[in-house]
Amino acid sequence: METKELICVNCPMGCRVSVTIEAGEVLSVTGNSCPRGEAYARQESIRPMRILTSTVKIDHALHRVLPVITSKDIPLDMMDAAMEEIRRVTVDAPVKMNDVLIENLLGTGADVIASRSMDRI
Amino acid sequence: MYDLVIIGAGITGTMLARKLSAFKLKAVLIDRENDIANEATMANSAIVHTGYDPEEGTLKGLLNVRGARQYEQICRDLHCGYKLTGAYVAACGEEEEKVQDELAERAEKRGIAYEWLSGDEARTHEPNLSKHVTRVLSFPETAVVYPWEVAIACAEVAVNNGTELRLNETVCAIDRTDSGWCVKTDKGEYETKIVINAAGVAADKIYGMVGDHPSFTMTPKKGEYFVIDNDVHYTDHIIYPVPTAKGKGVLAVPTVYGNTLLGPNSERVEDPDERGCTFAGLDYVRENLVKIMRNPPFNKTIRNFAGLRPSSSCSDFIIEEAPDAENFINVASIESPGLASAPAVADYVIEELLKDKLTWDKNPDARMDREAPVVMAKLSEEEKKAKIAENPLYGKIICRCEQISEGEIVDCIRRTCGARSVKGVKKRVRPGMGRCQGGFCEPRVLNILARELNCSPLDVVLDSPASRILEKENR
Amino acid sequence: MKHYDAVVIGGGSAGLSAAVTLKKQGIENIIVLEKDGETGGILQQCIHNGFGLQTFKEQLSGPAYAERFIDQAAEAGVEVLTDTMVTHIGADKTIEYVNSTEGYAKIQADAIILAVGCYERSRGAVEIPGERPTGIYTAGQAQRYLNIDGYLVGKKVFILGSGDIGLIMARRMTLEGAKVYGVAELMPYSNGLPRNIKQCLEDFGIPLYLSHTVTHIYGHDRLERIEVSAVDEKRKPVPGTEMYFDVDTLLLSVGLIPENHLADEIGVVMNPRTRGPVVDENYMTSVEGIFACGNGLHVHDLVDFVTMEAARAAEGAARWLKNGSSAGRVIRTEAGSNVSYIVPGLLHTDAMPGNVEFFFRVTRPLDAGEIIVRSGEKVLRTLKKKKLMPSEMERVLLTKQQLTGLEDNLTIEVKETE
Repeated sequence: METKELICVNCPMGCRVSVTIEAGEVLSVTGNSCPRGEAYARQESIRPMRILTSTVKIDHALHRVLPVITSKDIPLDMMDAAMEEIRRVTVDAPVKMNDVLIENLLGTGADVIASRSMDRI
Repeated sequence: MYDLVIIGAGITGTMLARKLSAFKLKAVLIDRENDIANEATMANSAIVHTGYDPEEGTLKGLLNVRGARQYEQICRDLHCGYKLTGAYVAACGEEEEKVQDELAERAEKRGIAYEWLSGDEARTHEPNLSKHVTRVLSFPETAVVYPWEVAIACAEVAVNNGTELRLNETVCAIDRTDSGWCVKTDKGEYETKIVINAAGVAADKIYGMVGDHPSFTMTPKKGEYFVIDNDVHYTDHIIYPVPTAKGKGVLAVPTVYGNTLLGPNSERVEDPDERGCTFAGLDYVRENLVKIMRNPPFNKTIRNFAGLRPSSSCSDFIIEEAPDAENFINVASIESPGLASAPAVADYVIEELLKDKLTWDKNPDARMDREAPVVMAKLSEEEKKAKIAENPLYGKIICRCEQISEGEIVDCIRRTCGARSVKGVKKRVRPGMGRCQGGFCEPRVLNILARELNCSPLDVVLDSPASRILEKENR
Repeated sequence: MKHYDAVVIGGGSAGLSAAVTLKKQGIENIIVLEKDGETGGILQQCIHNGFGLQTFKEQLSGPAYAERFIDQAAEAGVEVLTDTMVTHIGADKTIEYVNSTEGYAKIQADAIILAVGCYERSRGAVEIPGERPTGIYTAGQAQRYLNIDGYLVGKKVFILGSGDIGLIMARRMTLEGAKVYGVAELMPYSNGLPRNIKQCLEDFGIPLYLSHTVTHIYGHDRLERIEVSAVDEKRKPVPGTEMYFDVDTLLLSVGLIPENHLADEIGVVMNPRTRGPVVDENYMTSVEGIFACGNGLHVHDLVDFVTMEAARAAEGAARWLKNGSSAGRVIRTEAGSNVSYIVPGLLHTDAMPGNVEFFFRVTRPLDAGEIIVRSGEKVLRTLKKKKLMPSEMERVLLTKQQLTGLEDNLTIEVKETE
């Protein structure tokens, strides 16, 4: 039996969570303040998942780049591959917040969406 | 064929170039740096000393007094900041008061105004003066300027009058020719009658290119400073301790734009590239300032800097035709009071050394003043409105600490001897001089420079051509 | 002179929240003055997620969080002037500003809400010996270049200071292909949120050097190398511990300072610890009718609290506009042992408008502590808490009833417990 101390990254509260694991199975989770913390701790012990934020090139807009975000967590071990995909995208203004820019990123089920709106200029 | 090649675009070289540009002479001003006034002129105490300090019989003594008296008019002509702060030389105890007596005697002889104040009287004007200060010798005519601003303005006048300016050129060799000299740089060659060596800390190196046994060597001394935020009102006057053999000591200096300089130390350096601050140097300033001042506002420091004084093996200024090289003129070892002396150094070079070597026809088109830059902060409400109506960029504030508009930044890039770097913009109109040190405005200044210089933001530099700020386009 | 009931200076998260709340309170004749080209403030460059959990019960990116408030302000019909720099305010509540369209203008406000944000401590304020080459940026500056302008500042990076922006930039630059060699923190504990240590450093194997600092800068044109040394208990470098990193980029994440020169000019009383104004329970400063909130009041670690605090300041301003000043007894709040500061700093205990939430920070990390709130000897509230960190703002709520009529200053202290 093994006990792991984790810091929940779901929100800025940063709860310190203890996970008890035996033979790859999560037996118990303590220290979390909400159900998301428990889900996080279980997932973290198997395959850590994270939200990815970055930018894509945008044409005809106020700025050169548009911030983007994944619509849900993707595996931490896929970050480099995900960045490769994001680098390939160029969008044309106008863009609305939550517009989908990449659907089902690398089969993760997460979309890459616009993090804000940007008018055409 | 040039009449003159001036090596070094610091305060000495530019002040001389400006005065020479009143005449029909073909001159070129060469500097290895990417901007005018990038070395000693950029990093010093910024004081126009009145001239009570140098010893009798020295060039320093002679030229300081004469130079200082020209500054107010020069700054008026060039539209440069000049603040008559006055200076206090503060003594603690009898030994130091004796030194003050000597200074007062010299001041008397040289016709420099001074007053005596008791420690308590002085403290009513300057409450941050230490209670250990027993007597103050006050010099009401001491002033501060922005040395690099004056140098840039002098260069601008000279260039407008026809002087050529070559930045980013390093002098590699100076060869004797039948008619004078050929100055070879990494970018070109200049045939000239006369060479003026105003190369600051590199003056011995330049001299070494012509003389077999240069009569002096540069022994640069580093001075380190604290710059205090302009929301602290620390002193009205420049406050000096009594001078010692080592120099003027650690001072408190109110600057033209309301900051306070605290420093310097004075440390001999072997490597003239060693220009950074050190823990030891800054500690020295901290420990010594409190001998004459209380409540030192070090916690409101916005910047530290260090500068190299172009000191040499000679204790006086070296202003002479090189004994072993005709028509090669050294203007070297211009350490303190070099800034205050600069206008008189230029006069001395022209009258004592160049008079018989050149023909002195007036340049009829020469203007010794420059067009006033738009300074929004100095305008009235109505003038501000009018300026912004004329050019909306004057209404777009880029530097929030010093409240500098985009229009002023654009102007300083477009005018003669304009800024070519982020530091160049900072030297001319001050964004980045304030408490955020460019944290907020630097990206904006960078974009303005790229637009005005018609280059990619990637090619905008902080200072030298190799000091690019951005690595690559990320998308 | 144009007249407004209330003028909000700053259109970032605090300013927008204050403006929306003023409208909700029925204060209609208001305007927001924003220096940048768009509202949203620093959130526009904070493209990472983690914003809004308290406010919206979801995790938003900075720009998305900002956009919700920009939309709310638009729906409420808030008048906003962008690219508009306030140059002076007067104690008579006149405001001078400049912009490209109106030029120089002066307006009269009944109430002013300062929502001016903060700025980053620079190299000058931390005193690092050595040369001054390019390649040294504040973390926020590098963040703006990367996230707004789309440029990477360097490839080999070291970060001084474990503030959140630095940690966020460690991850961000790593994902963009830079190599981050490490983060040095002067203190023996991190100054960033624990979640950021985890997901920005540990996730990417970036070392955190606690009790270390950068002791020398090398490089004449571009940064070439830095010297990092361990520091002793007095935070002085220990000779013999030097490490060298050949990096082209040094990011500084060494603290944020409320931007208060406008308030300073008119003599608003400041708290030397927060470097922001001292405010009362209505978030009013020492100058009648001038209110403060957000990072310009004290530096927050969560934007949700900025939003909340700005709303309270707007409520305070609305109350003051309707009812005038609070009269009667005034007590101060005092930081007791292990507490560095408390906001608000003053209380009118005869005229408490409602419950008051006090924000404070501990001076050092405590594994467990008991938060004790008392007035003189009288204990008003105690609260046990585990893991108190200077980087995490603490909150404690006292009811109107508990506060009303108090005569002795209110002290908050934290007792270390087992």
